[in-house]
This record gives sequence, C-alpha cells and structure tokens, in this order.
Amino acid sequence: MDQKYVLEVSGLTVSLPKNADRPNAVEDISFTVAPGEIVCVVGESGSGKSVTASAVMGLLPDALRPTGGRTLLEGEDTLKAEKSRLRDLRGTRMAMIFQEPMTALNPVTRVGEQIAEMLEIHTSMTAAERRSRAIETMDAVHLPDPEKMVDAFPHQLSGGQRQRIMIAMALVLDPALLIADEPTTALDVTTQAQILKLIKEMQERRGTGVLFITHDFGVVAEIADRIVVMQHGRIVEYGDRDDVLRRPKAPYTQMLMASVPSMTPPERSAKTGETAVEVKALNKVYGKTGWLSKQRIVHAVKDVDLMLRKGETLGIVGESGSGKSTVARCIARLIDPTSGSISLHGTEIATISQAQLRPHRRKVQIVFQDPYRSLNPRRTIGQSLIEAPVNFGMPEAQALQMARDLMELVGLSGDALERYPHQFSGGQRQRICIARALAVEPEVLIADEAVSALDVSVQAQVLKLLDDIRVKYNLAMLFITHDLRVAAQICDRLIVMQKGVIVEHGPTRKVYQEPQHPYTRLLLDAAPGQGMTFGAEIAPAAAQGN
Amino acid sequence: MASYLLRRVLATIPVMLLVALFIFLLLRLTPGDPATIIAGDFANERQIAEIRENLGLDKPIFSQFFVWLGNILQGDFGESFFYKKEVSELIAARLEPTLSLSLLTIVLTVAIAVPLGTLAAYKQGSWIDRGIMGFSVLGFSLPVFVIGYALIYVFSVQLGWLPVQGYQRIADGVGGWLYRLILPATALSVIFVAFIARMTRTSVLEVLGEDYVRTARAKGQTETRVLMRHALRNAAVPIVTVIGLSFAVLIGGVVVTESVFTIPGLGLLTVEAVLARDYPTIQAVILLFSFIYVLINLIIDVSYTLLDPRIRY
Amino acid sequence: MSTAAISPARQTMRRMAQNTSVLFGGVLVLLVVLMALLAPYLGTRDPAGISPKDRNQPPGYETTVRDRDTGQRVSVEYRLGTDTLGRDVYSRVVYGARISLIVGVSVAAIAIVIGMAIGVLAGYVRWLDGIIMRVMDGLMAIPAILLAIAVVSLFSAGLLSVIIAIVVPEVPRVVRLVRSIVLSIREEPYVEAAITAGTRTPTLLVRHVLPNTIAPLIVQGTFIVASAIIVEAILSFLGIGIPPEIPTWGNIMAEGRSVFQLHPHNILYPGIILAITVLAVNMLGDGLRDTLDPRFAKRV
Repeated sequence: MDQKYVLEVSGLTVSLPKNADRPNAVEDISFTVAPGEIVCVVGESGSGKSVTASAVMGLLPDALRPTGGRTLLEGEDTLKAEKSRLRDLRGTRMAMIFQEPMTALNPVTRVGEQIAEMLEIHTSMTAAERRSRAIETMDAVHLPDPEKMVDAFPHQLSGGQRQRIMIAMALVLDPALLIADEPTTALDVTTQAQILKLIKEMQERRGTGVLFITHDFGVVAEIADRIVVMQHGRIVEYGDRDDVLRRPKAPYTQMLMASVPSMTPPERSAKTGETAVEVKALNKVYGKTGWLSKQRIVHAVKDVDLMLRKGETLGIVGESGSGKSTVARCIARLIDPTSGSISLHGTEIATISQAQLRPHRRKVQIVFQDPYRSLNPRRTIGQSLIEAPVNFGMPEAQALQMARDLMELVGLSGDALERYPHQFSGGQRQRICIARALAVEPEVLIADEAVSALDVSVQAQVLKLLDDIRVKYNLAMLFITHDLRVAAQICDRLIVMQKGVIVEHGPTRKVYQEPQHPYTRLLLDAAPGQGMTFGAEIAPAAAQGN
Repeated sequence: MASYLLRRVLATIPVMLLVALFIFLLLRLTPGDPATIIAGDFANERQIAEIRENLGLDKPIFSQFFVWLGNILQGDFGESFFYKKEVSELIAARLEPTLSLSLLTIVLTVAIAVPLGTLAAYKQGSWIDRGIMGFSVLGFSLPVFVIGYALIYVFSVQLGWLPVQGYQRIADGVGGWLYRLILPATALSVIFVAFIARMTRTSVLEVLGEDYVRTARAKGQTETRVLMRHALRNAAVPIVTVIGLSFAVLIGGVVVTESVFTIPGLGLLTVEAVLARDYPTIQAVILLFSFIYVLINLIIDVSYTLLDPRIRY
Repeated sequence: MSTAAISPARQTMRRMAQNTSVLFGGVLVLLVVLMALLAPYLGTRDPAGISPKDRNQPPGYETTVRDRDTGQRVSVEYRLGTDTLGRDVYSRVVYGARISLIVGVSVAAIAIVIGMAIGVLAGYVRWLDGIIMRVMDGLMAIPAILLAIAVVSLFSAGLLSVIIAIVVPEVPRVVRLVRSIVLSIREEPYVEAAITAGTRTPTLLVRHVLPNTIAPLIVQGTFIVASAIIVEAILSFLGIGIPPEIPTWGNIMAEGRSVFQLHPHNILYPGIILAITVLAVNMLGDGLRDTLDPRFAKRV
C-alpha cells in the first residue's frame, strides 16, 4: 500500500438516540494512524473512545448512527462501505480485539477452529491448511504447545492465553489496522505486561497500525507513539507521546495526569497507635467432597497473620485469586473463617456466634468495590445512613442529624438524604458508602477495592477522602487493592499476597524500593508506565503520621 | 464421564422415591378408610376386609409403603378395581396411542418453534418479531380443548376433511395412523410452539448480545453464519432444557387431548380411572408419567455434555 | 442530579402506565372482573334454571315463559342458546366468570404465601435448603395436571378441593423463584453492608431481601392466575372439577360435549370467553414483567 496512513479519521460524528444526555456520542473526531504506529485513544468512561473504534469497524449498535465525517481505511471510507464490502475488510484489512478475553471467544468451539474460521471466511484454504496456519499463528503469539492447544476449548485456557488467541485470530490475515479496545483491562497486572509486550512485538514485526483504546495512563505511557485524549465525545488533546505526557496543554489532560497516583511511595513515619486488629493463622477453605458431588477444594487463605494499628493504613495487594478479599471478608465476618484467630481490640471474633458477634459488628465497617450495588436502590440515602446507628440504639432524630453532618463531611449536601441512590454518580455513591461506614464510629474501616471501579479523576478524590477520615477519626484502615499505584500512595504498610499466602510484608516504601520476594519484584516490574512521573502524592497529609 | 452418568442416574433415585412416597401418601391421606373408598359404595364387609388385607393396611404405614414399592419394582401395580385386570396389562394396552401422540407433537413443535423463535430473535423489534410473539401469547392462552374443538369444528364438522375422533394403530397402516393423529397433534402442539418459540427467542437474544458474537462479526462472518454457528449453537442448552421441562405440560395436555379426540391412551385411562375412583390405576399412571418425565430430563441433562464442552463431570 | 426525590416505585408506576400490554390486558381483565361482579344484573335468566322444553336451542332463541309473580307470559331471549338441560348459556357464561376468577386469584394468593414462606426458609436456613429442595424436586417431577387430578380425586368434588389441587403443583415453582432471588440478593454488597451494620436477620429479610421478591412474585402471580383458570376449566371439562350444577366455563363446555357436532355454541362461546380472559391475564403478566422486573424477566 502506498497510503501514508492506514487509518484516517476526519470529522467523525456519531449521534446518540433522542433522549440521551447529549446529542452526539462523539463529535468531530479527527486523527490518523500510520503503518507501524500505535495510537492510543485515552479517556474516562463516557468519553466516546469505544464508539470511535466501533464506528471504524462498522460495528456500532443500531441505536448509534454516524452522521458526519469519514473513516478512511487505506483510503477507503468504511462509513460508506456496503455491508458485504465491510465484511470483506474485517479480518483482512482491519481486525479488532476486545476487553474481555473470557467472553470474546465462543465457549463451545475449539480455539483452533475459531482462528481457522477467519481463514475459512476470507481465503480458499483447505481445512488442513487452515489448521496448520492456525498452529503457526498460535506459535507466533508464543502460546505453549500450539499443536495441542489448537484443540482446546476457551475455558481450558487462562485469561492471558485467551487474549493471545484473540490476537492470533486478529493477526492471522495480516491486517493493516489492529483495533484494541481495552485489551488488558480485565487482566492481572503481570499478564497485562506480557500482552502489551506481545502487541508491541507483533506490531513492530508486521508493521501493523494499532488503534489502542484505554483508560489507563500507565498503559498509554508504556506503548503509545501518539495519543488522542477524549472527554465527553470530543478530542481535547492530540499529539506525540512525549508532548502529551510530559507537556500536556489541555487542562483536562493535566488534571487526568495529576490524578494518576505515583508509583513512588512517599516517606511515612511508622505508626505507633494501639493494636486494633490482630489476625493469627487465618485459614479459609472452600468446598468439600461428597460421594455424589466431586467439588474442588480451594484453600483461599493459608495461615495468614497480620496486625493493624489505630491510625494506620495496611494495604493488601495481590492479583485475582490471591485471597486478599477473602481475608477482608473474614475480618468483617461476612464469611466464617475455617480456622485461626481474629482479635478485635482483645475480643476474639473468629469463632463466636452471630448473636455474640452483633455488638462487635459496629467496630468493623466495610466499603465495597461496586458503588452501584452497595446501596439498596429502594431505600433513600437517609434510610441507608441511619440503619446502623439506629440498630445500635441511637434515637432516629439524632441519627438523622448525624447523617446530615456525615454527608457534609464526605463532601455532599446534607439535604440529599431524601434522595435515592440512582440520583447519584458512582463517585458520589462511594462517598455515601463511606459516610454510612462512619455512622457507627468504627475502629476498623475495610476498603475492599473501594476505588477500583471509579474513573481516575474521581478515584483521586475518594482516596483523599479516605485518607482524611483515617486521620480525623484515628481509624485503622485495611486497604485491599490490585492497583500498585493506589497502594503506593495510601498505605503505611503493605502485605503482598499470592495464591492465599503472604509472600512479603513491610513498610510500603521499603517494599517498593527493596522488594525481597521474587513475586513482589514481578508485580512491581509489571506495573505499566514506570518511567513516567504522574500526579505525585494523593494525600500529603498521609506523610505526617499522627 | 461414566462416573458422571452413574452419579446422575443415582441422583434421580431419591426424586423417584419421593414421587412414589407422595403418590402413596396421597391415597392414604384420603379421609376415612382407604379400603372402604377403594371398594366403592356397593362393597360388602368381606370385600372391604379382603382389600384391607391385600393392601396390608393392618401393618404400619412405612412397611406398607415398602411392600407397595417392592411390588411396583417387580412390575406389579396391583389390580384395577374398575376393569378387574392387572394394571400393568391395562397400561401396556394403552401405551401406543399416547406415545404416538406425544412424539408426533414434539416433532411438530420443535420443527416449528425453534425456527420461529430464532427468526423472532434475529428480527427483534420488527413486525415479524411482534407477530410471532403475539401468536405466542395467544397460543399460550388458548386451552388445548378449546383449540381441539375449534379444529374439529372447522376441519371435521364443516369441511369434513379429517375424522372427528378415534385412533388407528400404526401396525394397521401409517397413513391411517397419521390421518387420525394429525388433528390432535396439531391442537396439542399449539401451546408448545408458543412456549418453546418464546424461550428460543429469549435464549437466542441473550446469546446475540454476547461478546463472542461481536467477535464473529468483527471477523467478517456473514449474519446467517453468525446466527447458525455461534448463536444457535450456544443457545442449544437453554432451548433443550426448556423442551425437557415442557414435557410436564405435554403430559397434562395429552390427558385433555385424548379426552377430546377419544384416543384410547393413558390420558383417557387416567380420566376414566379418576371418574371410577380406581386408585391402583391412578397411582400407576401418575407414577409412570412422572418416571418418564424424570427420565427425559435425565437424558437432557446428560446431553448437555455433548452440547457444551464446559460441562464435564 | 435532579433536585426532587424520585422513588424507584414511582418510576415503575409511570413505566407501567405507558405499557400497551399492561393497559390492554388490564382493561380486559377489568371487564371480566366487572362481568363477574355484575353477574346478577347482566344475567338474563337463573343460570341453574332448567327448562326441558327449550333444550339445545341455538343462540338468539326466543320464547315466552310464565312470570312467577304475575302469572303473565313474558318473552325471553336466550342470547347464546341453551344447553342439554335447557339452561341459558349466556347467563351461565356470565356467572362462570365468578368461579374462574375466584379460583385464579385464590390459587395465586395461596401459592405465593406458602411458596414465599418455604422459599425464604430454603434460601436462608442452610440445613433446611437441601431437604426442602429435594421435596420440591419430587413434587415438580409429577406433571402439574396429573398432580391436580390426583389431589382432586381424593376429596369430594368442590371449589375448595379444586383450589387445593391446583395450588399444590404451583407451590414448588414459587419456592424456586423466591429461593433463587434470596440466594442472589444475599450476596449483594448492600445486604452485606446491612449485616455489618448489625441488622438482625428478620429485619434484614423484610427490609433488604424480600422487597426484591415483590415484583417477580406479582408477575409470577399473574401467570399463576392464568394457568389456574385453565387448569380449573380442564378439571371441570373432564368432569372431575367443580360439581356440574355450578356454572363454570369448563362445566358448560363439558355439558356441550355430547351434542357438539350439532350444537357447537355450548363449547365455542365459553371457550372464546375463557381464551380471552386467559389472554388478557397473560398480556397483563407480560407487560408487568417488562415494566416491573426486567432483571428477573427470564426466570418466569
């Protein structure tokens, strides 16, 4: 091809249905992708970044219609292409990989056949040729033992392996353009690093142009050649990687960059408050065997010891399946530990009955990950906030007054108590959940991935709030997260878990600077965007101690 | 796989035992002396005593149950009080019409309902979809005997094309067998077509929203093949499940349809037995139907392993 | 963020009022209810009144009868003809609506109350779950109409025994629905938050778990009404339901069976009314499901 660009988007506008909150999903979008170049489109939820990608592929849902502009794929406008022409182009000249490798593959078809299907659609190869080509491609994306794996079903592979299959499928016909829509968001950080490396390798070797959609500035810093920053369906900044990342011009980009937590933990003095929680030899085993049922036994948490002081934030980091959330849920007694001891201010709560536990419930409160499911949609904010204090004997009027004060404390209007959860945004709901947790003056606050579902700008504000209330109430905070950037900024001490076991434990700064365990080093190395200095510290107050 | 099969078969035993217990207890729950009720209004003391002894009513209730169960396991369902014949013989004689009607209905249903449901899902929101769904609600609301009589009125009474009632054994000619079965099978299949078309639509719609369907489209696959190869293939498990569950409704429908078209099958036998308060026959027929139902769902459960590679035991 | 507090319940009401299935089905159901309530005024003749000389007359048949009080002959019209005993089919059909609705509504109410109690027990008391669900599996393994036939064959024919007979097979379905909702809702973070808030289990159930069952149960209840009306008609039609002298749609049709080829109106008219009623209830159920409960729509 003698085209200068594999993709040239100019003036792309896609309209939303009539009753949406804005007229267009994206408006006047223009950018280009050259051969062998990775262009990252970055933005928060609702920025229209995925709509842009789908418009190029001709995969927009029926409700969204492109109303203006052109998307030229090697000079040919895909917006105007006939359906059959579009089908011919998909797979051969442009290919796409998606966010969820778990669901993007057909679960009832062997992975080799799914790669071969691409060849069946677009080439006249025989079945045997298709199979050997599939194996070849699987080898090229570094899948182990492709001869055998070609006959596997998707559920028999790991998430990372499935994403490799998707990449193999996308690249088997050597398309000019690869569109990757958040391809690593659903993956653990170590897997993410491998997949990013693979995409880069493939793109360099084949000279493919890549349009890479992401919300993660770390990932952007890792792979982008050029960057498109989007907000509310418009491009706010567009330029070379170093220009955008090091000298952002648009205030929105500056704000986003400043919101990304830094990988360098600030200096923190050791906390010396009295012990709030002490966990010893905690074990949690799921599943049992019976003669009619063959369940797998999962040792989710193995011999975990930890101690948490008042006024201190202890982080537990780990990938999915590490058991970090299980530890938190055992301490909150949402699940019963299989064995071990949990001492709350001297009271043993690991084994006592629900009835005996009730008076102690007040002391441990938890903020969950999903702000949309954490509040009962049928109850007003006021009803949700006063539930716990009234349970523990506070008169309703007094509880309502306190609820009003707490709403102000978390930065919301005290008059909003009559409203229902659906009238608030995700970040606001998370603030309400924090207020609810504070209503019973707990000693321990567990944040279980409490900021993971939030956009980065909102995330920064909620993190700041969590740190402020920790100081204000001298709370012992247990902070569960998979995000090493967040952990670096908020935790005094850190526990690293892998497969149910604590592999490393120490002051945050020490763990980041002198990791002892190989797994910790692997995790830290895998975090994307190491070289960049992002928004520095989230919570300057944290460094001061108490 | 073999161990799964074995476990799955073993797991149906408690269900069947429970069913047997329910049916047994139902009879014992009857207010008054079961022997008197079984014997009917015109029995004398001697007959009642005989029945009581036959049923072992003088023994404790649990040993009665096991005696009864033991007999059934040997194929002895007792003697019909109304027909004065072995119940097992009675059932054997009535099996063919019921099986014929059921199988023809299922074939008819699946052949019509699955394509209709798939089409509706594929054309979601269009007039085709609305038409099929409208028919589905209607079909679901028409009691089978109303449809039966409406069909008889049009095709038999008015047009004279098909017989009003009756059954002809398949051994006496497939043509005549089909000629007499076509009307009852059509009447009976309406409700299933409605039900299964609707569930097929739901399942296919759900699958069409899945990520792998988007992947298939991103590959440049044609819509027909996306539908056949990816959507229908994945919707197979829920569709087959629904077909299995709808056998319960089918069996109920068979009872009514046989009654409307005077087909001498197990359904008609059930109604006759209830009207005659012929308890051994009622018990046997219900037990048999339940057993068939459990068996069909067992087969369907096992078929999942063929339809979905994720299900391996 | 809007300033007014909009409750989810009000939003649902608004959606319902805009749904054509809800409106159309609802109006039809209302008409049938009115027909049942106003039966003494709508009916032209005593539905049980036998008149041997006017047997098997076609719709629109007119004759004269002697008025009991005045002794004068007055003209009467049998709008839908007469049955084999010379009873007025029109009046019987109008009165028949009463039985159908009584059976439909009471079966749904009883099945939901019992099913909900058992379902909550199964969903919340772990050791009971296995036992309860096995018993429900056993009950579900008996095809519904056969189970109803078995139950009805034990008691003397009557309204109550028919209602019980139809309730028994419906209960396991309600139990399964309630249990599955309870099991999924108890995993919701807001329920877990209430647990850590020290909310006691009964309050937890009433406040956070059970409200989630209301919408699916209303929908399920509507479908139970439809199915109960059909099953009652089937039982009566087979001659094993409500005693034949009581006018029900099934009984009228059972009455008309023997002379169907000559006088199809005895089966066709009650059949049509029955079908319209069930259709109306099903449409209402469909519409309610789409508006009340899109999330659980698939379960029903």
